Amino acid sequence: MIIHTGGSTASGLKRTSLWFICIAAACLLFADLEIAGSDPWLELGRIGLGLLTPNFFATESLWQALFNTLAFALVGVVIANIFGFMLALVFHWPLVRYFCSATRAIHELFWALIFLQIFGLSTVTGILAIAIPYSGIFAKVYAEILEESDQRPQQALPPQRSLVSAFFYTRLPIALPHFKSYCLYRLECGIRSSAILGFIGLPTLGFHLDTAFKQGHYSQASALLYLFFILIATMKYWMRFKLAPIYLISAIYVLPAGGEFSWPLLLRFITEDIIPSPLRMSEEPLLAQLHTVTIWCWSLLSQQGVEGILNTLILSLIALVGSGLISLTMFPLVSRHFSNRPARGLGQAALVVFRSIPELILAFICTLILGPSMLPAILALSLHNGAIIGFLVGQYSNTLRLRDDACSGLNLYFYEVLPRIYPQFLAFLFYRWEVIMRETAILGILGIHTLGFYIDSAFEDLRFDRAIFLIMITAALNMLIDALSRRLRSRIHLGNFERMANC
Amino acid sequence: MYKPAIFELSNQRISHGNQTLLEVESLTIGQHEKVALIGRSGSGKSTLLRLLRSQAPKACAICPQHLGLVPSLSVFHNIYMGALHRHPSWFNLLNLIKPNPKIHKQIEALCAVLELDGKTSTSVDRLSGGQMQRTALGRALYQQADIFLGDEPVSSVDSHQAQRIIDIINEAHTTVVIALHDQQLAKSHFNRIIGLHQGRIVLDTTSDQVTEADINAIYQA
Repeated sequence: MIIHTGGSTASGLKRTSLWFICIAAACLLFADLEIAGSDPWLELGRIGLGLLTPNFFATESLWQALFNTLAFALVGVVIANIFGFMLALVFHWPLVRYFCSATRAIHELFWALIFLQIFGLSTVTGILAIAIPYSGIFAKVYAEILEESDQRPQQALPPQRSLVSAFFYTRLPIALPHFKSYCLYRLECGIRSSAILGFIGLPTLGFHLDTAFKQGHYSQASALLYLFFILIATMKYWMRFKLAPIYLISAIYVLPAGGEFSWPLLLRFITEDIIPSPLRMSEEPLLAQLHTVTIWCWSLLSQQGVEGILNTLILSLIALVGSGLISLTMFPLVSRHFSNRPARGLGQAALVVFRSIPELILAFICTLILGPSMLPAILALSLHNGAIIGFLVGQYSNTLRLRDDACSGLNLYFYEVLPRIYPQFLAFLFYRWEVIMRETAILGILGIHTLGFYIDSAFEDLRFDRAIFLIMITAALNMLIDALSRRLRSRIHLGNFERMANC
Repeated sequence: MYKPAIFELSNQRISHGNQTLLEVESLTIGQHEKVALIGRSGSGKSTLLRLLRSQAPKACAICPQHLGLVPSLSVFHNIYMGALHRHPSWFNLLNLIKPNPKIHKQIEALCAVLELDGKTSTSVDRLSGGQMQRTALGRALYQQADIFLGDEPVSSVDSHQAQRIIDIINEAHTTVVIALHDQQLAKSHFNRIIGLHQGRIVLDTTSDQVTEADINAIYQA
């Protein structure tokens, strides 16, 4: 007997999910999942021991690194806030929308690698690397908030009012609380970004973490990690909007001054270094130049691009499904339908830990244990993103009102809660896809052959033309995924607080 | 006729903050009684139903006012939820992925009775208000409990359908307590009427003795 279940919303969601699971399973066949570490258990034991015996006094200029991390984040986020807000006001112009989409499609670390060539290892590099992509994100989110906020007060105003006064009297006051809470959340992301900028040499926590881990000083590394957790976990106590000006002034004071900015260097970078190499000094006619460029692009694509794109897609799809599975297993830890208060406290702590560690650092630690393959990257991406989505889904489940005689245990999970949270869960997950994609590309820096690996190598060989070309490909791929995820989400249904998932 | 008491309340008081929601000095409901609860909105009907349920939670099938349906799941799965406790969890999970043919037949028959035929595999978020209410009733009926407690379970269906559904409920359960606003229905389909006003029982009589004036007093007090 065939039972038709075509008319239910659940079956549509099930179909979408099954497609993604099948695609991810197929990707697993092509993924490099080798455990390449020499002795994973030994390494794991040493890291575990390090976590139990943190040494807070081993790092020289630890406080400076801590303040730098905060200062880069703070200044970067404030600048991004200003530009993002202004761009949000004109976000309906398609050109602005594409521009913002392009800036946020490029990861902070790639921006940093670019500015490193112009400004060196300086404060400007760190701040711009955060401020530029974050402006794009702020613009998008602020525009969404303005669009979703209640329009009725504005419509009730006398028609002869000016646009400016209408904006400041109705739209801004309504949107402001949302701006504030999002801004605070973004600052947390900024601290994470700022920390990982240390991996390319800027003087933040990541720099010392990188060194300590590479030298096997795990007690020192764990102390840095703990410090990082404390910083993020206590944020809501010390980050007050009234204190922001004081923090900002201190940040500018703390940040190392200087840097070796020179016009000729900038000019050379823009007019020479990033121009495809066969074109420099070329005397050929235009048509021939076009031909040369095409050949240059094609050979770069076929040698590195295609493999990088494929690996990035494979890894990100597996990580997407992995994040989904992990969040669905973890959200009961913070849901009142499944856990009592003390258990929820513990669950929340576990999720906050995985959410606070940036993917790059988590992947870095996993790579130390498992060796460089896709396995540590999958693990790190799934854990980090799964924890974030799991936390949001858990919070959402707490708003559900179930009937008094609802069942318990597995029945409760599969019959009452899962079907109710599932559309929201998928919306969160697809919203997160773009972020997973960006992170997947950047994990190449750790030696996994995603696009980031080739970009990093090109920078190391000082072949900036190649690096920029590959970064542009990465950005295009990201914008493609962004568009795809938007279409998928509009098919499900849009929840209004899913933007909390986009860090 | 001797009727063993199913519910026995004495000196019960339920308050929320300073506000008293319900105050019952004494109330006994016996087996085979079909009770209609009447009273204005906020008079404590829902609170009384919750209190009754807490006395014998396992023997009661409930139909809450907010229905408690899972919007994305089909009518079949929502009705089946009444029977989750009768099957092991692994069976329930399998049935979620692929409906069991035998159970599907049973529920299809129940849907036909509730005039939900053809809607069995439609998800609840695609139904009308009345259809949703009948799905929630289906869940309660499929639970096959002895007692039925309903909080305005027929408020969104037409009066002809309401009478039929109350008949089905009365037939399927030994004890029935239903809160409702339809006075005619209360008189014709129940043998006892309890009236609430501001959290107190102000009327408790058999339905053949109740007068128009009694009922008006409750709604106009």
